Amino acid sequence: MRRRSLFTAAAATTLAAAPLVSGCSSSPSPSAASGGGSRRGHLTYGVWDVYQVPAMERAAREFERTRPGVTVDVQLTPNGTYWTKLRTACTGGSAPDVFWMNGPNFGLYADAGQLLPLETKGSEAVLSPADFPADLISLYNWEGTQYGAPKDFDTVALWFNKELFDRAKVDYPDSTWTWQTLINNAQRLTDRKRGIYGVGAPVRAQENYYNSIPQAGGWVISEDKTRSGFSDEHTREGLQLWIDLIHRYRASPSLQQMTDTDPTQMFQSGTLAMTYEASYNAATFYADPELRAKIDVAPMPKGRRRATVLHGLANVVYARTPHPELAREFVRFLGGEQASLLQGKYGTAIPARNGTAKPWAEGMPKFDLQVHLDALDYAVPFPGSANSAAWNHKEWMWLAKAWSGDVSLRSATDSLSDAMNQLLAQERKGRS
Amino acid sequence: MRERTAVPAQGTRPDILTQREMRRRERRFLHRDKWWGYALIAPAGLGLAVFYLWPVVQTVYYSFTEWGAFGGTTWIGLSNYRTLVDDPEFWHSLMNTGIYTGLVLLGIPLSMALAVLLNLKGLRGTGIYRTLYFLPVVTMPAAVAVVWRWLYNGDAGILNHALSAIGINGVYWVSDPDTIRIAVAVVGVWMTVGYNMILLLAGLQSIPGDYYEAASLDGAGRLRQFFSITLPLLSPTLFFTTVLSVIQSLQVFDLVYLIIGANTNVSLQNPAYGEGQTVVMLFFQKAFFDNQRGYGAAIVCVLFVLIMALTAVQFRLQKRWVHYA
Repeated sequence: MRRRSLFTAAAATTLAAAPLVSGCSSSPSPSAASGGGSRRGHLTYGVWDVYQVPAMERAAREFERTRPGVTVDVQLTPNGTYWTKLRTACTGGSAPDVFWMNGPNFGLYADAGQLLPLETKGSEAVLSPADFPADLISLYNWEGTQYGAPKDFDTVALWFNKELFDRAKVDYPDSTWTWQTLINNAQRLTDRKRGIYGVGAPVRAQENYYNSIPQAGGWVISEDKTRSGFSDEHTREGLQLWIDLIHRYRASPSLQQMTDTDPTQMFQSGTLAMTYEASYNAATFYADPELRAKIDVAPMPKGRRRATVLHGLANVVYARTPHPELAREFVRFLGGEQASLLQGKYGTAIPARNGTAKPWAEGMPKFDLQVHLDALDYAVPFPGSANSAAWNHKEWMWLAKAWSGDVSLRSATDSLSDAMNQLLAQERKGRS
Repeated sequence: MRERTAVPAQGTRPDILTQREMRRRERRFLHRDKWWGYALIAPAGLGLAVFYLWPVVQTVYYSFTEWGAFGGTTWIGLSNYRTLVDDPEFWHSLMNTGIYTGLVLLGIPLSMALAVLLNLKGLRGTGIYRTLYFLPVVTMPAAVAVVWRWLYNGDAGILNHALSAIGINGVYWVSDPDTIRIAVAVVGVWMTVGYNMILLLAGLQSIPGDYYEAASLDGAGRLRQFFSITLPLLSPTLFFTTVLSVIQSLQVFDLVYLIIGANTNVSLQNPAYGEGQTVVMLFFQKAFFDNQRGYGAAIVCVLFVLIMALTAVQFRLQKRWVHYA
């Protein structure tokens, strides 16, 4: 053992992470080499959900069938690495020609000029906004320009276990339920001796507090994306509901329990009587015949008003694609009726195009999935800004402290609001 | 070497080769050997330079810049470092890392005890034991984390099940801010104990048996033999394992990251996240999720300097306790 060798080892191992931060630029995609003919060529399509690959493959084959000389390669990257890989690929100029986008990441890509604008008018229109829910269109509109064609949408509803309801002699949830009905019944359904809880109240944004905040009349981020709404009294009210369900009414497992075991899993195994879930879980629930017989779905209980946060994915075109025309054509095809109906038939996601959602609901007749479709009527857009990821992280960290009872909700939301405002100010500074 | 140089070259007579000529030839020969050596290590050296040294230089450079999500750096001088000094999250993660390192170091006496026991004469099945203790070392941290997460589960975990059998109420080990550090360190020790044990075992076996014979003739007991022979002669190996453990623990990432629940809903809602977050986890968060890569670079640069400094201190201190036979 020599002194020098050890130092080298120290140096080498510490900075093993260095190549990561410096982000190596990768070689250009194969599509770049195949030339720029607008109507022929090879397209790559980046997706992250393994369950949706069959539907996407099928849509790609349909597209190829109508366009001789065109091939589409569906590339799956698991969600955990999708965004890191995509960001590096965008920097290096080798991102897929067409890829999936979500609300929290959209601002970042649109703001940095990584996406190609999509025409919404005239003969070259890639999509017609009237064909899609307005909130989804606006989710993928950045400063007046449309960059994403909505692919699917998801709304949230209250899923419940009929068996546990019957045992506790509680009526099934329906559209008359309010927060108070939820609290009362969740308490009645809780049976600590058996380890059964009325409802799960985890720190989930899309499934939980992004719904209860607008239901209470609060807001997450101002419309001009400059201020945090977390210190608003109504917003706090929307957050307090979940904390109370855990600590005050003792009708939900503790945050620690839900960290060790995912609440959706608890619901599937019959230890949670109710859970708030987004529509994309319906297919998973339906796939289990035993569970399918036991559960159903109802609208979310209303607070001051009815609201559900609307989120959905979009297909976007990479700004530096060698086949901009072909890529746009593919996006137009994916947003069309044929591809939308196809997607709905596979069951995982509700197609975003108006009038194509029915087959999704009808494909799982044992569930009252119309509830998820009707939710569109009272949907609110998903909150986001250019660098949502940065404040989302703060959001989870501070709210978890409030949920676990380590910090009061007031002080957690004050700190969160400060941190978020600071990050939003940085965003604006970065742009000017 | 000397013999070969002395072989007569054509047309010369060995007996009249001057001393000087001989030395010259020898030097030339060695010189050629040296170049061969350089040539053979060049590919590896080149690899190191390209994949380690260059990124190191780049990282240092980036730590003085602001780097957005898609490249494009702006020079901002010491600003990242100034932010770092005022960032309570950084100091907290540094403290977490320090505590983790301290706890993992406690595993070294354990490795030593195991090594001494396995070195006992006449012990049967040592091969099996060695393999058993070494298994965690060759298992991927990701797999280890998944299994331990399950063992630690507050409601369904084996650990709490076992504890309840003896009347102890378990806690939520990996989601309780009070226990997360210990829970993670236990796994850390479990993973490294085998590696250290093998090193120490090798050290033990290199101690000549005569020393013990002589000592027992002089009437030294087992304990005395351990403190007067084994420990001093093992100190170089102990030093090596300590230095290595410190470096590895300060860089811990995957194990903790996965035990906390990776970067999903689960980890971010883990109330123990703040108490478990290590420096490298903070770097990862900043660089890849918050899109503050320049700041992330500054974090790893500070960690780099810290590890260098700590290792230097350890080398300084070794004079006091390490005995090279």
